[in-house]
Amino acid sequence: MNIEALLLSIRLALCVSAILFVVGVPLAYWLAYSRWRWRFLLEAVVALPLVVPPTVLGFYMLLAMGPRGPLGKLWHAAFGHGLAFTFAGLVIASVLYSFPFAVQPLIASFETVDRKLLDASAVLGAGRMRTFRRVILPLSVPGIITALVLSFAHTLGEFGVVLMVGGNLAGVTRTVSIDIYDRVQSLDYASASRTALVLLVISFAVLSAVYGINRRAGRRQWLPWAAK
Amino acid sequence: MVAVGREMSSAKLAARVRKMHGGDAAPSFLLDLDVEVPPGITILFGPSGAGKSTLLDCIAGLIQPDAGRIAIDGEVVFDSEKKVSVRSQRRQIAYVFQSLALFPHMTVEANVGYGLLDAPQQARARVAEILQMFRVEELRGRKPREISGGEKQRVALARSLVTLPRVLLLDEPLTGLDAELKASIIDDLRAWNAAHKIPIFYVTHSREEVDALGERVIALEHGRIVSEGTPREVLDAPRRRRLAQAAGFENLLSGTVLDLREPDGVMRVRLADSPCEIEVPLGHAAPGDRVRIAIRAGDILLATEPPKALSARNILEGKIVSLQRRSSLVAGRVDCGAVFTVHVTPGAERTLELAAGKKVWLVLKTHSCHFVEG
Repeated sequence: MNIEALLLSIRLALCVSAILFVVGVPLAYWLAYSRWRWRFLLEAVVALPLVVPPTVLGFYMLLAMGPRGPLGKLWHAAFGHGLAFTFAGLVIASVLYSFPFAVQPLIASFETVDRKLLDASAVLGAGRMRTFRRVILPLSVPGIITALVLSFAHTLGEFGVVLMVGGNLAGVTRTVSIDIYDRVQSLDYASASRTALVLLVISFAVLSAVYGINRRAGRRQWLPWAAK
Repeated sequence: MVAVGREMSSAKLAARVRKMHGGDAAPSFLLDLDVEVPPGITILFGPSGAGKSTLLDCIAGLIQPDAGRIAIDGEVVFDSEKKVSVRSQRRQIAYVFQSLALFPHMTVEANVGYGLLDAPQQARARVAEILQMFRVEELRGRKPREISGGEKQRVALARSLVTLPRVLLLDEPLTGLDAELKASIIDDLRAWNAAHKIPIFYVTHSREEVDALGERVIALEHGRIVSEGTPREVLDAPRRRRLAQAAGFENLLSGTVLDLREPDGVMRVRLADSPCEIEVPLGHAAPGDRVRIAIRAGDILLATEPPKALSARNILEGKIVSLQRRSSLVAGRVDCGAVFTVHVTPGAERTLELAAGKKVWLVLKTHSCHFVEG
């Protein structure tokens, strides 16, 4: 089993979950409460990675991050090196790829907060920030946990985007799923199956935790593969 | 519509509100009224869908009127012409919703302290004081789901009043409580308001509540004020079917005028689809006219033997169809050809051994039968 690849994947997943939390919470708040008429367009964009093949997303990300792509140029100007085939590039691509897995559970849980509680908070003199901090956020804890855990798990298991954007550099972009693919290509089935089993166990543990938390919270959260 | 010199009036809350639903093309509902609420309890009374909650939402700033002007203590919080609209959180209004909307994740103490921006110690003292006033101080550490309905209502009131609001809006806050509990909460509210003297706007569709608390009643129907005055004045003159129902005239019967006996000031009416004939006070009607008669369930006497030597003119023979026990009364349905709803006390139910299928006689005083226009 390739510990280096597993640790890299976990590091990537942690970075991605953290960034998605910071970016996802305000965006989900806005999407949940906005009355903007074109809101649905943005919702569709957020959900896009669910249906677009990872290779397609990865391909566009690669073009954008390349030396002549807008993102690549910007990055080069700021840090003096390219973005493609780096860990940072991998993080950016993974954030986009896992976006719906963070934002949609957040939207769902913000939307289930009783509007009357928000009205009560406003009438009691609380502004939007205070209402968000003291009412919406605490009542959305299960959704937040779901969002974090799903971003983590989804990033941990990704393959197509990583392959397109990151390539296969040991210790930099060789994640656990790439490593498994590598081992199979070189007919090292024993090592591949050990790594695969570890990934399977981690995924199962993570999902059990999510479903368990939602069960205790007594309501259904958004899960991409669960009937709504 | 626009009352000149509103600012001069002594009312603490003055609201002129127009609100349309369904857009300009097909307005499905219109709130169009002008109210003043002086300090003390004013009841806003009407059937559901009359626009009561919409009016409160407008006053609280939770929804925007299409036009109008709302002033609290002379300060304008909404004016469509001057494009003024103060946000809810700055209006210093307390609003207790029908659902109460206690924060489920907070303790009673945290709920009540939510609206306070004082230093923690000061806030705690104020919370303790109002919890004691509303007799829920021993619940301070509990969560809303761990306390009873009546306690929740007390906590919701305490949470609203601790912020020293300029107006209190109550949207059917005591629904589902029995009369005794209701009365005790109202007493506490009155005690609080004796010291603070703010306008309290109390929405209800229950006639009992109007009777119990009203100093002043405003009856609303289809978004407009249909009558205003003391509870007696508003409740005893049902002018329309919907209002009559709302006003607790449990019996609303249609019938045909048989004849007028002008010297006696009465007319005889045959109730539709039945052989029942009853005598009612004379109204603007001619023989053959179809009319409606409204009778309160509590105004009907019930006897288990044929009553004799009574002044009441209307005695109808019938059978009990069903009996239903409510908090402090028993509601019976009696079929006399037409079906009447009758209220009796639980004691009367026992002594008379009332049961479904039992033969009974209903006694209706002529003047308990109210003539309602079409």
